[in-house]
Amino acid sequence: MASQDEQDPRISKISSAIRVIPNFPKPGIMFQDITTLLLDTKAFRDTIDLFVERYGGKDISVVAGIEARGFIFGPPIALAIGAKFVPMRKPNKLPGEVISEEYSLEYGTDIMEMHVGAVQAGERALIIDDLIATGGTLCAAIKLLERVGVHVVECACVIELPELKGRERLGDKPLFVLVSST
Amino acid sequence: MFAAENGLKGDPRLQAISDAIRVVPHFPKQGIMFQDITTLLLDHKAFKHTIDIFVDRYRDMDISVIAGVEARGFMFGPSIALAIGAKFVPLRKPKKLPGEVISEAYELEYGTDCLEMHVGAVPPGERVIVIDDLVATGGTLSAAIRLLERVGAQVVECACVIGLPEVKGQRRLNGKPLYILVEPREIDGCC
Repeated sequence: MASQDEQDPRISKISSAIRVIPNFPKPGIMFQDITTLLLDTKAFRDTIDLFVERYGGKDISVVAGIEARGFIFGPPIALAIGAKFVPMRKPNKLPGEVISEEYSLEYGTDIMEMHVGAVQAGERALIIDDLIATGGTLCAAIKLLERVGVHVVECACVIELPELKGRERLGDKPLFVLVSST
Repeated sequence: MFAAENGLKGDPRLQAISDAIRVVPHFPKQGIMFQDITTLLLDHKAFKHTIDIFVDRYRDMDISVIAGVEARGFMFGPSIALAIGAKFVPLRKPKKLPGEVISEAYELEYGTDCLEMHVGAVPPGERVIVIDDLVATGGTLSAAIRLLERVGAQVVECACVIGLPEVKGQRRLNGKPLYILVEPREIDGCC
C-alpha cells in the first residue's frame, strides 16, 4: 500500500485545504484545486515535509516535476533532499535539445519534453505532480526518464483519483499519494 | 536594482548562480539569446543559494504573499514562500485556474496576452513579493502588479533571478522596486 497506512495526523488538514471546483474544465469533472493548499502555510509545509520525510536519505538525485503544478511541489522537495530539479514540459517550452514522448489524452494526444543531458543514466529519480488521474502524463514522464537510463524509484502525487485507475496504468512503478479522493 | 549593488557585492554565490545559467542562442527565434535557468535547477548548491538570497532579503519584511508568474516563477516562488512562512499565489495564463478569477491583459511584441489570479487569494492590505525567473521589458511583471493592486494588495517588490539590459539602471518598475540577482550571460564571440 503506497499511502499512509495509519493516517499521519497532518493528512486531514492537507485534505481539507484542497478545494473542489465542480464542472471544471468541463461539465461532470470535479476539479481538485490545490491552490487553496498553497494559501495554507502550515498545510503546504506539511505536504512538502511528508514527501521529504519519505524520500530524504534514499539516494535520490533527481526530482522530475510535471508542468505546471509539479513545478510548485517538486523544487522544495528537491532542495530539501539534495537532488536536482528537472522540469518535464509541454512542447516548445524548453530551449536547446530535448527528447519528446507522445501520450494519449481523452481526445487526441499531447507531448511531453525533457532536456537532453539533464539526467544521467543510472540516476535514481522521483516524479512529482499534484494529482494522478488516468496516469497518462506520469507514464509519459516515466518513459522519458527510462529512455535515458534513469531508474524511476517512485511517482509521488498529492492527490489520487482512484476511480480512474492511474495506479494500475503505472504498472510496476510504485505510487505514493497523500490524499485519495473519491 | 542588482543584488551586487545592494549589500551583496563580491558575494561568491552570485557568481555561482550566474555560472549555472545556460545561454541558448536563437530561441525562441533568431536573435534572442535565451537565458535558460533549467541548468541552475540542476545545480543543487547554486539553486539553494538563489533561494537563500531571496529568503534572507524577505524574511524580516513582513511579507505574507509570494506571487509567482507561470511557469518559471513557480520553480522559485514556493520555496521562498515556505521558508518565510508566506502563502504562494500562482499567477497563470488564461483558463488554467479553476473557479473565479480576475484577469489583466498585457502587451507582447505582437499581440497581447493575459495573466489571471484567483479572486480571494490575496486579501486587501497584504504585503506581496512578485517573483519570476527573468525580467525583460517588464510587461508581465507590470500586469502582475496591476492584478495585485486591483485587489488592494501592497506589492512591496518584484524579484527576478535575471534582469535584461532594458531594466539595467532602473531601480523601479511601475513605481515598484525591482530586485535582481544577475545580469544575462553572454556567449563569447557570439554574433
